[in-house]
Amino acid sequence: MTERIDVLKTYKLYIGGQFPRTESGRYYAVKNANGKLIANMCLASRKDFRDAVVAARSAFSGWSGKSAFNRSQILYRIAEMMESRRTQLIDELLLLGYKSVDANNEVSAAIDRMVYYAGWCDKYQQVFSSVNPVASPHFNFSVPEPTGVVAIVASQQSALIGLVSAIAPVIAGGNTCVVLAAEQLPLSAISFAEIIHSSDVPAGVVNILTGKVSELLKYFADHMDVNAVVTYQLTNQEMQLVKEKSALNVKRVVEYNAISWLDDTAQSPYFITDVQEIKTTWHPIETVAAGKSGY
Amino acid sequence: MAKSSKNIQPALKFNIKYAPAPESVSAASINEQYNLFINGKFEKPLSKKYFDTINPATEQKIASVAEAGTADVDKAVKAARAAYNGHWGKMPAKERAKYIFRIARMIQERAREFAIIESLDGGKPIRESRDIDIPLAANHFFYYAGWADKLNYAFPNRNVSPLGVAGQIIPWNFPLLMAAWKIAPALACGNTVVLKPAETTPLTALKLAELIQDCDLPPGVVNIITGAGETGAALVNHPDIDKIAFTGSTEVGKIIQRATANTHKKLTLELGGKAANIIFEDAPIDQAVEGIINGIYFNQGHVCCAGSRLFVQESVYKEVLQKLKDRIATLIVGNPLDKNTDVGAINSKQQLQTIQKYIAIGKKEGAEMFESSCALPNKGFFCRPTLFTNVAQSSRIAQEEIFGPVLAIQTFRTDDEVIEKANNTPYGLSAGVWTNKGSRIFNITTRLRAGVVWANTYNKFDPVSPFGGYKESGFGREGGLHGLNAYVK
Repeated sequence: MTERIDVLKTYKLYIGGQFPRTESGRYYAVKNANGKLIANMCLASRKDFRDAVVAARSAFSGWSGKSAFNRSQILYRIAEMMESRRTQLIDELLLLGYKSVDANNEVSAAIDRMVYYAGWCDKYQQVFSSVNPVASPHFNFSVPEPTGVVAIVASQQSALIGLVSAIAPVIAGGNTCVVLAAEQLPLSAISFAEIIHSSDVPAGVVNILTGKVSELLKYFADHMDVNAVVTYQLTNQEMQLVKEKSALNVKRVVEYNAISWLDDTAQSPYFITDVQEIKTTWHPIETVAAGKSGY
Repeated sequence: MAKSSKNIQPALKFNIKYAPAPESVSAASINEQYNLFINGKFEKPLSKKYFDTINPATEQKIASVAEAGTADVDKAVKAARAAYNGHWGKMPAKERAKYIFRIARMIQERAREFAIIESLDGGKPIRESRDIDIPLAANHFFYYAGWADKLNYAFPNRNVSPLGVAGQIIPWNFPLLMAAWKIAPALACGNTVVLKPAETTPLTALKLAELIQDCDLPPGVVNIITGAGETGAALVNHPDIDKIAFTGSTEVGKIIQRATANTHKKLTLELGGKAANIIFEDAPIDQAVEGIINGIYFNQGHVCCAGSRLFVQESVYKEVLQKLKDRIATLIVGNPLDKNTDVGAINSKQQLQTIQKYIAIGKKEGAEMFESSCALPNKGFFCRPTLFTNVAQSSRIAQEEIFGPVLAIQTFRTDDEVIEKANNTPYGLSAGVWTNKGSRIFNITTRLRAGVVWANTYNKFDPVSPFGGYKESGFGREGGLHGLNAYVK
């Protein structure tokens, strides 16, 4: 009996709801511990990043304009899709050298994390908004609103859970994002893109690149149409670059360091509010007759 | 008052006839007989008694349903207690959440079946059960599912824990939705429940029991027992209940408050209402008329927050009244399963008699009645959309909750006058304000003694938005972050 030959998967980028190869035509090899090639990954370029920002910006008004309830349903749908592709996600972690039990735990934690943030979509506003009892006759209230396009440098030490934990709070809050996956652990990122793609998430809300932090970091930080940069576990030198470049258009810089990904401390609504603005609205209250002076 | 001389548009000629568009009942499966849902199984009642539930639009029997006696109530409470002390109480919150998400998803999947049965059993138009009751019920579970593992964020600086076993009694006007309002926050906070639906509308709660079984919810976490007032009393008086949540009449609410007075039981009550719907002269009149219609004729007026008292500023009174009468003439009253129907069947013969009693009182007290001229079906319990003008503030139809499609209209001149009249009621569940002026909205809303105030809209509900009353409309809130408070200590 002849042995069946496997069909190998081509890993590409995820930009604007499509899976293009890098415009640069470049690649880098990901190998396992024995030095065997696992996949050729796209080595994303500055132009790929810029295309991704354009896609994220054009998706922003639609995504941030959806009802919180709708975003909640969509994030939950992502979790459903992750659960149904559980085996694929585990297999890819095994390919990268994970132990079976670790792979299982990481995938379970990643799915639960998505459910966790699905729940927050229509709740963080209730926790972090306020009605402000100003002294003048005004109804005055403050609510969080998404900051816009968020560039994320995902943890370089985590294949799946780090990526999911970085993306979920950003989109739960109505932002769109461009994410640089872990350079040496990139397979799960592209499979996660396929999950996003089949989960009712509008094109452009999540864009995922594979490539080198050393090459792309400065572009993440100095792009004029990016509103915030979120980084995980970068060196002091790298952070200095990010902070300096971010001053160009006053980006919000959010820096996370050591995180125990599987732990509950790796999730909280503060990951959402870190990329939110606060908007305060004043509205007069008529004081004729016996009207009260405020709320 | 410049608008008093404004020409009032002639009555709308509206002669369109709609072809019947009945929803098919074949998408719903209903058993001939239902038992009590206790400890994850459908159990025959120890009482050995059953009662019929009928279709109020045809007066035909749909199914027979078990009547839970004291021993059955005890069995259900024991099952709930065992589940609370056992697996449910020990389950991590995020796993609890997943069960509640499952319930939400499965209601979405079976939405059409639920909608059909809701309209069959309760008489409400299929358009409402399909577009409002069932989606809101699913969304309520979805919303509270997400809270299960986030309770510490809802109660700053408090480490909350569940109460234990909750006894929940719900009315017949929004059967599945009220079940969702009760069960979802209770489970999210880690309690177990015994729920009693109303005796005229038990079927969607029993379908929910089947669904909960299919979700593999651990046995005893949700128990659903059917019966009338005596069953409810047995539940309220059971010594091993930690919490009573009741939605229904103020009269019964007071009995329950007395019954639980000397116990450890925590209590929330969502009771009657007599909401003021206030139309100022600068209101967008056409929208306001739609809001008035929706406020009082939605769900045949079987709504505790119905805008049953209309206050119109004198300068626009004629215009509003004419438009209201014209609009009432276009309402389609009849078969609840017809997708064109606006006003369905009155829920029960008893309720129809109550409404008719109040219509007679209104006439006797000197108010002027107007009703739609529509034809009513020969069978079933129906009532024409009705309004009264020349209503005195002291009139019983302006003071007491009718719970039917009957609107009492009064006029006013000044803000202070209308606030005085609107607040002059023992109730305080909801109110409506219609004006184009934002600053006036907030002036009025701050002064209305009511738990929910709708501005330039009416009868809006959302899982994230708390609902509940002031004064004799009860206490406690359901929905939103505040709704969690009823189920934790």
